[in-house]
Amino acid sequence: MQIRTPYQPYTGDNTRVGKTIAEKIFDTHRVDAPFDDVHVIRLDAVFCHEITTPIAINDLIARGKDRVFDTSKIKVVIDHVSPAKDSKTALQGKILRDWARRHNIQDFFDIGHNGVCHALFPEKGFVRPGYTIIMGDSHTCTHGAFGAFAAGVGTTDLEVGILKGVCAFHYPHSINIRITGRLPEGVHAKDVILSVIGRIGVDGATQKVIEFSGPVVDAMSMEARMTLCNMAVEAGATCGICYPDITTVRYLWKYIQHEYSSQEEALTDFSKYLPDQDAVYDAVMEHDVSGLEPQATFGFKPDQVKPARELQGTPVDQVYIGSCTNGRIEDLRVAAAILNGRKISESVRGIVAPATSAIFRQAIEEGLIQTFMDAGFCVTNPTCGACLGMSNGVMAEGEVCASTTNRNFNGRMGKGAMVHLMSPATAAYTAIAGYITPSLQNS
Amino acid sequence: MKNFNGQVLFLDRSDINTDEIIPAKYLTENSREALRPYLLEDLSIEEFDFKKDIVGKSVIVTRANFGCGSSREHAPWALEVNGIHMVIAESFARIFRQNMFNCGMMAIELPKETLNDIFANYAGTPTQVATLLEDRKLIFQNQKRTDTIPLSIADFDVELVHAGGWVNYADTRY
Ligand code: SF4
Repeated sequence: MQIRTPYQPYTGDNTRVGKTIAEKIFDTHRVDAPFDDVHVIRLDAVFCHEITTPIAINDLIARGKDRVFDTSKIKVVIDHVSPAKDSKTALQGKILRDWARRHNIQDFFDIGHNGVCHALFPEKGFVRPGYTIIMGDSHTCTHGAFGAFAAGVGTTDLEVGILKGVCAFHYPHSINIRITGRLPEGVHAKDVILSVIGRIGVDGATQKVIEFSGPVVDAMSMEARMTLCNMAVEAGATCGICYPDITTVRYLWKYIQHEYSSQEEALTDFSKYLPDQDAVYDAVMEHDVSGLEPQATFGFKPDQVKPARELQGTPVDQVYIGSCTNGRIEDLRVAAAILNGRKISESVRGIVAPATSAIFRQAIEEGLIQTFMDAGFCVTNPTCGACLGMSNGVMAEGEVCASTTNRNFNGRMGKGAMVHLMSPATAAYTAIAGYITPSLQNS
Repeated sequence: MKNFNGQVLFLDRSDINTDEIIPAKYLTENSREALRPYLLEDLSIEEFDFKKDIVGKSVIVTRANFGCGSSREHAPWALEVNGIHMVIAESFARIFRQNMFNCGMMAIELPKETLNDIFANYAGTPTQVATLLEDRKLIFQNQKRTDTIPLSIADFDVELVHAGGWVNYADTRY
């Protein structure tokens, strides 16, 4: 690994140095490089949801260009406010639904089959190592867990993506964050990423890609890697990327088995995206998690992080377990194992939202939903809902929420409410106690 | 090309996020115009009154990491429908910055020291900015003084501003 200091702009034919994952992906997807380090890349997938896509659709119609570049590469979900909560959100759903039908987009997921986009699309096998993906959603960085370049964009980028299948980016600079040591029992991917953000700050990786490497990441499940990459944007990163390995292959196997003769062959193929030994990074950082404790945020910025222990005793009104960060089956298992046979505090409203229909179904089959309900949780359908203060658990002014989501911005889950971000485990302990705590109290 | 001249709104804080620029509850709107009354509604800066302080302003001058958070292009749109086409800051979140140029608007970065001087010399006074894009210059002016400040902007971003945004640019090329 080399460290690039100071800034070295891309020179067009940069053959003297090795490449990072993101550079390799750009080099295989470049359509144009109109200026210095601006690269226009071909997209393997464009993801769409009902909050940011309708305005792009309306604009395309107004321009007389109501077309899509490739129906098979556009994946659509209604997830943010589902079921619709009022006429306006119903209209957003309708615009997206009508558009998907009009263009015969096969991969369209409506209520009954839907889920939070960044949990749903990986689960459907739509994300592969080496892919380029955009979506009008900042947490698109989640999909980097598969060794893909996946970036959140605005509606205009989305609009051009839908129409032309391309997007412009600065040639990517990467930071390599090596997660080392041994993750203590009861400490999870969420605690790792909170501690990273706490260390580098909310703009610590702006305009950069974070490669998450090291033994701790190698040992993580795909679910945990998605949690890690999900919050890369909270440090400003364009994308968080993990190295594709046998864990990636196994997760994707049912979708790719007809393409490869064996898992080893798939692994060899995916390995072409691994960074070169002499890849050049803007920074390389060791992050030892051996002594890491469960973390929680305390302010209105995701880098305001401390050990949850130091917030011990902070009363909460609501505990929310769900979202694209921590609404996956592993998260529900961790929380349910803690809640099993226990009741949540009478002063707390507990809400759990399995992130997709498949996760919901599996949680029922595993008895997790029963555990949540016995403990006193309300179980909602898969939707973003409370995470962005839209529905299914919006907070009142002055209230406090312990949440497994990814943003604690002022007003995020309801005007005047405070959000403490934490892992599903810490959220479960907090629900039982009625105040923030990273362990069982009085049991 | 849009208008990049006029009265300055000073927002003396870093990390102003898109939820503060336009709260999520207004994302259910399907037109840009509908966002007009809600710009900066949830911004927490002492003595800032979003109902009064925005009126007549065309340029925002602020600190670091402006526009962090959600990818919502509603943030630049809320600025646009209020006649604010340029934000000057120490730095921007990537998506917000790209969204601005994609809409044919400008997100201009200035060094921290320069911004410190601008805040010290102009904040709290009625201030005008004039943008000379071809000369790569910004001219700040109030009753007491005038300063000409070099404007650095990538060629690609200038093209986007001239084209009126990324859709127009991409449509003719790809
Ligand atoms: S769960 Fe929250 S963070 Fe994730 S996509 Fe939905 S609104 Fe965004």
